[in-house]
Amino acid sequence: MAEYNTMELMIVVAARNLENGKTVGVGTGAPCAAAMLAQKTHAPDLVIMFEAGGISPQLPTMPISVGDSRTFYRAVMASGMCEIMETCQRGMVDYTFLGGAQIDMYGNLNSTVIGDWKKPKVRFPGSGGANDFASFCWRVMVITPQDARRFVEKVSFITSPGYLDGPGARERAGLPANTGPHKVITNMAVLGYDEKTKRMRVESIHQGLAFEEVQKNCGFPLLKAEKIVVTPAPAADELRILRTEVDPKRYIIGR
Amino acid sequence: MFEVVAQGEGPLFMDPDADKAREFFQKKDRTLKNKVMTVKEAVEKFVHDGNYLGIGGFGANRIPTAICHEIVRQRRKNLTFAGHTSTHDFQILAAGEVFNRCDIAYIIGLEARGLSPNARRYMESGKVEGCEWTNYGMALRFKAAAMGVSFLPGRNMMGTDTFKYSAAKAVKCPFTGKLFCLYPALWPDVSAIHVHESDIYGNSRLKGISIADLELARASKRLIITCERLVHNDVIRNDPTHTAIPYYLVDAVCEVPYGSFPGNMPYEYFSDEEHLRLWMKSEEDLEKFKKFLDQYIYWTKDFNEYLDLCGGIQRINDLRAEEHLIQIKNHKE
Repeated sequence: MAEYNTMELMIVVAARNLENGKTVGVGTGAPCAAAMLAQKTHAPDLVIMFEAGGISPQLPTMPISVGDSRTFYRAVMASGMCEIMETCQRGMVDYTFLGGAQIDMYGNLNSTVIGDWKKPKVRFPGSGGANDFASFCWRVMVITPQDARRFVEKVSFITSPGYLDGPGARERAGLPANTGPHKVITNMAVLGYDEKTKRMRVESIHQGLAFEEVQKNCGFPLLKAEKIVVTPAPAADELRILRTEVDPKRYIIGR
Repeated sequence: MFEVVAQGEGPLFMDPDADKAREFFQKKDRTLKNKVMTVKEAVEKFVHDGNYLGIGGFGANRIPTAICHEIVRQRRKNLTFAGHTSTHDFQILAAGEVFNRCDIAYIIGLEARGLSPNARRYMESGKVEGCEWTNYGMALRFKAAAMGVSFLPGRNMMGTDTFKYSAAKAVKCPFTGKLFCLYPALWPDVSAIHVHESDIYGNSRLKGISIADLELARASKRLIITCERLVHNDVIRNDPTHTAIPYYLVDAVCEVPYGSFPGNMPYEYFSDEEHLRLWMKSEEDLEKFKKFLDQYIYWTKDFNEYLDLCGGIQRINDLRAEEHLIQIKNHKE
């Protein structure tokens, strides 16, 4: 069996969650690598979009910024912030990948402050385009390493909306209907959301780990899917393409 | 009447009254006149203490670096900054502590490069009054201003703390009864945008993504254009399809070749990651950073001197090759 590290595993799993013919709003780093890998394997017609305006580029290398030249290299259009976000708001963007310093059981994300907003212990960049993507795209995915400091009972600040405080809360707040968090891909497991409670649940666990270890690295009680499977390992082809075509300089997979 | 169902508690820094903006724009000069001047003159003339400032581009992509430096060099104070899509531009302005109020959508960070230690210190110091927004939220505010209306609706921000600490309002749609977030129009006193080409009057062209610059250019009361190169007015008139910003929006035109350095300029040169790392590294220690700022900004006369310090044309040539994916050196793998 092929050897791989957890970052490679997370990217491969994320890529598999992107279907051909769908649209995805991505940032730099692991999400971009996942989208590139999907495009080079099972989803050649995956439309990659960057918030600064790049639409469906043929990425020659890994972008450093979501607004650098690579993000519209041989693209179908070099547009702008409004074009991208309004395409999302119109309902034409299926997926987005987001990250944050904290995430809670409803998939709410914090990338603004730790501590009190007025006197922050730590200040982070803020929403950027994350709240916009999280509000508009049909399904939100997160790729993140997992520990109890990041997966918390209550985020200090809801920068980007998950299911807020439970079923129906997004719609009540005014967010577009039937949107919300979809998957959280961590170094230990793939988490989804329970349909009834909208709470995070374990769907698959990476090889060699037990539920207890996943739970130990999470600051809130995790629900269980009816059937928890072992996350299928990356195939040799996926790893080869990831290493030779997507990230040959190991910017992401070397982390 | 709209029924307001929720509102943010953040401060609204600028008046969203469309009639007041119209009064200003009614008086704005529409004569076709030569607006070419130096960066120093442009900042002296158009950026004043206490102004609301907008910066075009996307942080370290197509940014008017020379204007940011000059604002710091001339030690502007008490500005309010439009902190949307900002990275290296924010880093420069925070280094000079030129603003004390900030509309926050994206600040402090340099995306995949990490967080600016100094910008973070400044924002955690309590010296800056903030108001939270999102990148698209800010683009909507400029778009409303560009349209000459006092607000625009969006379906973002609602239900979050980002909304709670913004100055937006959630209202019931009079047609459907569903909730929408209203974004107040934002007319910056002055903005600076870096473009590929401009004529002496300010008719400007840019290549690649426009980010929020088309909206920002139309929202701003005064606009400084820096350009890679000046072109003759005939170039504009022979192919007006490509004009992104018409001259009557523009107050100053500064020719600044390589003006987005150390940022990326699409189809021209890539970002200088080494220099951006040097910035970050220098920021770790306050004394070291003070020397760094003296050397690169306060003691340099202008952008050309800064470029020379950073390796001049030779360095730019490397970045040009990188932009065009040309391998010049034989890299040892």
